[in-house]
Amino acid sequence: MTTDIAVRPAGFWRSELAGSVMLVLAALVTALVVAALIMVFSGVSMPQIGLALTSLATGSFGSPQAISETLVAATPLIIAGLGFVIGAKAGLFNVGVEGQILIGGMFGLVAGFSFPDLPMIVHLPLALGCAFVGGALLAGIAGWLKVASGAHEVITTIMLNFIALRFVDFLLRNPPVQNPERSDPISRFVADTATLPKLFAWFDPSMRVNLGILLAVLVAVFVAWLLWRTTLGFEIRVMGANQQAGRFAGMNTARTVIVAMMLSGGIAGLAGATLTQGVLGRASPDFAAGLGFEAIAVALLARSHPVGVVFSGILFGALTAGGRRMQVAAGVSLDLITIVQAIVLLCIAAPMLIRTIYPFLFRPARES
Amino acid sequence: MIITLDNITKRYGSFVANDSISLSVRSGEVHCLLGENGAGKTTLMNVIYGLSKADGGQISIDGKAVQFASPKDAIAAGIGMVHQHFMLIPAFSVTENVVLGLEPTLFGDRLDLDAARKRVRDISAQFGLEIDPDAPLEGMPVGIQQRVEIVKILYRAADIMIFDEPTAVLTPQEVIEFFKIIESLRAAGKAILFITHKLNEVMEIADRITVLRHGKVVGEADPATTSSGELANLMVGRPVSMLVSRTEAKAGDVVLALENVHVTDGTSKLALDGIDLVVKAGEIVGIAGVHGNGQTELIEVIAGLRPIVDGRICFAGGDIAGISPRERHRRGLAHVPEDRSIAGLAVTMSVAENMVLDSYYEPRFSRFGRIDWSSVRKAAAQLVSQFDVRTKSVDASAASLSGGNQQKVVIAREMSRPIKLMIAAQPTRGVDVGSIEYIHKRIVEARDEGVGVLLVSTELDEVLALSDRILVMFDGRILAEFDSRTADRSLIGLAMAGVVTQSQTHAPEIAP
Ligand SMILES: Nc1ncnc2c1ncn2[C@@H]1O[C@H](COP(=O)(O)OP(=O)(O)OP(=O)(O)O)[C@@H](O)[C@H]1O
Ligand SMILES: [Mg+2]
Repeated sequence: MTTDIAVRPAGFWRSELAGSVMLVLAALVTALVVAALIMVFSGVSMPQIGLALTSLATGSFGSPQAISETLVAATPLIIAGLGFVIGAKAGLFNVGVEGQILIGGMFGLVAGFSFPDLPMIVHLPLALGCAFVGGALLAGIAGWLKVASGAHEVITTIMLNFIALRFVDFLLRNPPVQNPERSDPISRFVADTATLPKLFAWFDPSMRVNLGILLAVLVAVFVAWLLWRTTLGFEIRVMGANQQAGRFAGMNTARTVIVAMMLSGGIAGLAGATLTQGVLGRASPDFAAGLGFEAIAVALLARSHPVGVVFSGILFGALTAGGRRMQVAAGVSLDLITIVQAIVLLCIAAPMLIRTIYPFLFRPARES
Repeated sequence: MIITLDNITKRYGSFVANDSISLSVRSGEVHCLLGENGAGKTTLMNVIYGLSKADGGQISIDGKAVQFASPKDAIAAGIGMVHQHFMLIPAFSVTENVVLGLEPTLFGDRLDLDAARKRVRDISAQFGLEIDPDAPLEGMPVGIQQRVEIVKILYRAADIMIFDEPTAVLTPQEVIEFFKIIESLRAAGKAILFITHKLNEVMEIADRITVLRHGKVVGEADPATTSSGELANLMVGRPVSMLVSRTEAKAGDVVLALENVHVTDGTSKLALDGIDLVVKAGEIVGIAGVHGNGQTELIEVIAGLRPIVDGRICFAGGDIAGISPRERHRRGLAHVPEDRSIAGLAVTMSVAENMVLDSYYEPRFSRFGRIDWSSVRKAAAQLVSQFDVRTKSVDASAASLSGGNQQKVVIAREMSRPIKLMIAAQPTRGVDVGSIEYIHKRIVEARDEGVGVLLVSTELDEVLALSDRILVMFDGRILAEFDSRTADRSLIGLAMAGVVTQSQTHAPEIAP
């Protein structure tokens, strides 16, 4: 029972921003300390640990190249995280982000190699649109099942993840998707006209960061705008706050739930497109590789705030990019990064933990 | 045993919810706390119960200063609280609910429910609670659930018991039972703090009365030497009329007509079994009846929230079967739901957002699917001042409002657009006398402007005070009809219990 409910003015995020940033930084420091301790206990030598931590930093933000890699890793996380946010605001726990990334990515891929003669200005948006539709359709099934039969979206989206995974596998092994020059399950390449262009190829061709990161920011702005400025966003938020009140106020709850689910999945589908039409350029089995679940963590870390998702996505992207460097330079397993991410999340999910470890950071006890 | 509060102060930001409040409760005494909505009663109780921390002042028990960091400490000190919203788990039995949190264990951590069951039975017998320790909570009437809450705090050996508006959710019959329990608790030497908005209850049960206004103690009273009028005056700071002044109804055209309406309760059981009912423009039709005799289903079928199995509903001239709730709103239906926290408000959202919950899409608030928040906030601010909703701003969350002010938000919203029919279910639940007077006045004004009102209330006094015609519902049917000018309380009471004589039988006018 909470009685001291903070009053949230319109600028809630702004007023809470300082506290949240503080919390995340403290969580990160804690996680890194724990990671270092784990290395100590698993017999990694001190200089080696130092090297690991410094390469984590240099690998994520140490050079333009590193920053590029961070943003590349962050792009699908941010977009898919935003997809999850839309569902979460409607009170839907869309665990199907992973499957929606896969299907969206495949739709984008197919559109991306099917019309090689279109100019980019038409082809790229068309393929992205197809990716959105793919993700939306898959998620829409879960939304429809929920409305029609009351089946919980957590169950149905998990099931749909498996279906998506197998379906992609099937496509990759058969024409027209399979690359005719290969015998293994690898797809054709997306046409250049449907590929997200690299942003800094003129500066350094090895910098992989592409238009996807701008798309991610755009989607974040769009999601925020949708949620807080439009009637549909209002309906979605009411579904999350008190569906019954929305129903009594005359809202079409069934429609809103399905639409929210489809938007959620569609945006996750776009995240898939940033893979197949971006850094990968093609599809291989399970090309989402758990990004969908990581994206849920990104959204939760941002407490489901669209702007926060951009930053938490970059943080997770940095850990991934830095982690790869760490693995190469210091020979430390990438799993350690997963542990760091998990601890950061844990600390955010249980803010009291951080407040207890670092009471001095939060001295003026903030009681609403 | 005596608990003393000394200059308790509690602030929310710059807002002072409790301003140096001092009072005491002795064992064997019922101390009633009165005050307007938002006066700070619940806040004070939460401080006593350790749910929120006072910014100043001292609580002491038997002269010894105490400090509660959480309800756990308060419970250990012998304080128990029955919240307005019960905290029970429906899937559990009475005993399981009671022991929740301090499960008795045998050697080896085995749950020892037998001992608990016996204690529940003993407590129940001692205070006349008539609770079956093994009954499942699921489907229990509210009145019984409340007793389970009482057992729960007695099980934890509470000597000081806090009740926050315990009677707001009870039917009149249940209130009588509840007061018997309070009597036996008092006789057993418990110190009881009791919050209510119903002055007749205060006059009946209180040993001492403290009145709060704007977070301050504005008066203490002895029920033997005071009157409810005086108390109301003290609470609100001005004389309050408890009678609704209204002229004879000038009933016009039929706005709502139900013909032989049948509705199921979700399973196959009939909840409405052939309802015929007419509401005309400019009249208030009151539905009296014990809760659970089909009132909820009646409201929902009219609002379009429940499918009709058989029969016809005409609203504003046309059959509305198959018409969406939204379209019904557009045609002039307003609905104050019976439980604001379940169906009336999205409490985590702001007051402004709640004010437009059913009108946000209208051209005055949105264009091309974009909401114009500045006009929403302006309209909300106007409603807030018009209906005297006590809130820091329209951007504050509805959850930060006191219960009565939340209710005013719902009423304000529903009356903020042109309407033809208003369904008002328990419109004054948890609202203070001053605001009841105001809400009643608004309902009568709406009637005089030609709105048809369907009032559903378990509060017979309210039905009698407001209605032009009174219908009694029993077991899914309308059993009797009374003209409010000549209605006899006791006959209505009998009808509510299912007993009617021939002359009262409901003979509806059939809609043209
Ligand atoms: N968590 C909170 N944050 C900000 N203000 C609050 C909070 N809780 C209560 N308030 C404010 O404190 C005041 C007192 O509220 P409280 O709930 O104690 O009133 P109350 O006397 O119980 O009223 P009611 O009879 O309507 O239940 C109200 O104006 C309310 O808006
Ligand atoms: Mg209260």
